[in-house]
Amino acid sequence: MDILRFITAGSVDDGKSTLIGRLLYDSKSILIDQLRSIEKASNKANGEIDLALLTDGLRAEREQGITIDVAYKYFSTPRRKFIIADAPGHIQYTRNMVTGASNSDLIIILIDARHGVVEQTRRHSIIASLLDVAHVVVAVNKMDLVSYDETVFNTIVNDYKEVAASLGLNEVTYIPIAAITGDNITEHSTKLDWYNGEPLLAFLEQVNIKRSAENNKARLYVQYVIRPQAPGYHDYRGYAGRITGGSLHVGDHVISLPSGISTTISAIESGGNAIDEAYAGQSITIQLADDIDISRGDVIVKKSDLQPIVSQDLEALLCWMDTRPLLPGNRYLLQLNSLTVPAIVKHIGYKVDVNTIDKTHNPATAELNDIVSVTLKTASPVPYDKYTVLHTGGGAILIDETSYATVAAAILQ
Amino acid sequence: MSNKRIDHLDLLESEAIYILREVAGQFEKQALLFSGGKDSIVLVHLALKAFRPGKFPFPLVHIDTGHNFQEALDYRDELVAAIGEKLIVRKVEDTIVAKNLTEPRGKFASRNALQTYTLLDTINEFGFDACIGGARRDEEKARAKERVFSIRDEFGQWNPKLQRPELWNNYNGKIHKGENVRVFPISNWTELDVWNYIKREGIKLPSIYFSHERDVIEYDQQLVALSPFIRLDKEDVVFKCKVRYRTVGDMTCTAAIASEAFSIDDIIEEIISSNTSERGETRIDDKVSEAAMEDRKKNGYF
Repeated sequence: MDILRFITAGSVDDGKSTLIGRLLYDSKSILIDQLRSIEKASNKANGEIDLALLTDGLRAEREQGITIDVAYKYFSTPRRKFIIADAPGHIQYTRNMVTGASNSDLIIILIDARHGVVEQTRRHSIIASLLDVAHVVVAVNKMDLVSYDETVFNTIVNDYKEVAASLGLNEVTYIPIAAITGDNITEHSTKLDWYNGEPLLAFLEQVNIKRSAENNKARLYVQYVIRPQAPGYHDYRGYAGRITGGSLHVGDHVISLPSGISTTISAIESGGNAIDEAYAGQSITIQLADDIDISRGDVIVKKSDLQPIVSQDLEALLCWMDTRPLLPGNRYLLQLNSLTVPAIVKHIGYKVDVNTIDKTHNPATAELNDIVSVTLKTASPVPYDKYTVLHTGGGAILIDETSYATVAAAILQ
Repeated sequence: MSNKRIDHLDLLESEAIYILREVAGQFEKQALLFSGGKDSIVLVHLALKAFRPGKFPFPLVHIDTGHNFQEALDYRDELVAAIGEKLIVRKVEDTIVAKNLTEPRGKFASRNALQTYTLLDTINEFGFDACIGGARRDEEKARAKERVFSIRDEFGQWNPKLQRPELWNNYNGKIHKGENVRVFPISNWTELDVWNYIKREGIKLPSIYFSHERDVIEYDQQLVALSPFIRLDKEDVVFKCKVRYRTVGDMTCTAAIASEAFSIDDIIEEIISSNTSERGETRIDDKVSEAAMEDRKKNGYF
């Protein structure tokens, strides 16, 4: 069993909350006490429950009509554990969606069958493309309101194919559903017998996600150096971190960046046990053959693998997340995994219109929810990867040095 | 990550270890809040994996309400002796005396809310800038909205509107003096993940998680253990019942469930077939109002 992380995109009226509620309900992830509390709130004459209420938020949100960036929901089937990033819409939409999509393998884009591809659909797709989300599921919802008509579905599929082609979204799956009645969610719907593909949940259970991280990009961002003050361990130095790509083996030739010093791996430990090899995603501790100066934020890279870029001049796409605008020339902290370094935003190249993907060149500032291309100058050399090459080597954040708020997502180019 | 050699428990474990090491790397004075419950026991196990053969970069801290299950206290002391790490205990009782606080009254007079005072005092006393806890997002809807690194102000307050977005593997733990961060490494685990992990790793638990006979009363469809900390009324009927605890909190606010689950496998079976959530079934304190947890968190609660 593995984990699939996905995000759902859709406006309030597309039935996003109903779909999430339906997935939780049909996978029996909703329990009686939770059901009772929404039954009370549903207040429906026919005794039906309002599945959308399952994703209902905090009292603070209800009272003030606001939504908090991302809520996470969990459900499992015998085949997979699922983590849903539920990014509510409204004003902060771009920021919320970027946050949720940063850790998602798949995005479900909901389209109301009555309305087809709309501006929102385009915006969601542009963000999915910028964040390089591996797989897109276009769920054409509310098929019950268009008499389960195949031609309605086909028209939407053809319209979306143009959007996908223009954005370079290659892995796209189209599924007609009716979340409110459960058609095509866990089981084939007889009302949609013209549809030959799998129901949504079955698809999510078996979709094979191709991840950029899987091959020949072994990096270990050192988080912490373990130096036991105990007899028998005087010479022990364990470099603790999580492998971001590929695999590491005992005996591998490695380079420490940014210093560039070479050595070999003399031991790998996982949870206190010595192991011969370790893979992307694993938290491990390694020991090196030579006593070299390595500390938190340094990156250990396999010599035979594709090497990261090491530079003080970085190009990045920023999604601005702060209410105070970005001003060129300001200093921030760039955080990339365990590495934190001061950085100056030298120049804003262009701003991306998330509704049309058109570019406006040389904008003076970037406001909340803007996506801009910038040039960064860092105080010291940063080992990194282009985001499209390795998400975990190129997905960073900017932190305001005075408020300490996370002010931007930085997609390194 | 879909590496066939690594399953979902490995991924959850690696993520939690990554978070624990980020805490070790980013903060000066950390603490692991230890309650004796299964989630904090799992945290200790994860910390062993994250930092051995070195010592933990933090002590274990127990905020002791004085209403504990003896089995949980015994377990705590045995565990601390076995792993050779430091334990700090601060008692709610002492805070009540020192600060002239009012003891809660009623049938199940819980010191759960008063714990917050002792916790905040302890944070001040030691200057902790990060406190690690075992809360999970599947427990409760206020928790579902809280970040892994949750920034608290000088009053320990959670501000749900000012949370930092968490992108990729970047956890921003930068804080101003007086603020602290609550860190939840097993945010993405569900109750079932915790039990499957306990089984896989062979983690020992306090005996009260398993079926045992106990004197109980029934109150509001929940079974509450007889203890000096609850008030018996005339209409209460004390009877013996085979029970176990699905969560371990204070004796005053944790209900038992009738159960014949004697092994971890039995427990996993029981949870899979259960139709009630963990907190819904066993916590007397969450029912007070629909937003009970949200309110407590805003006031500095874990």
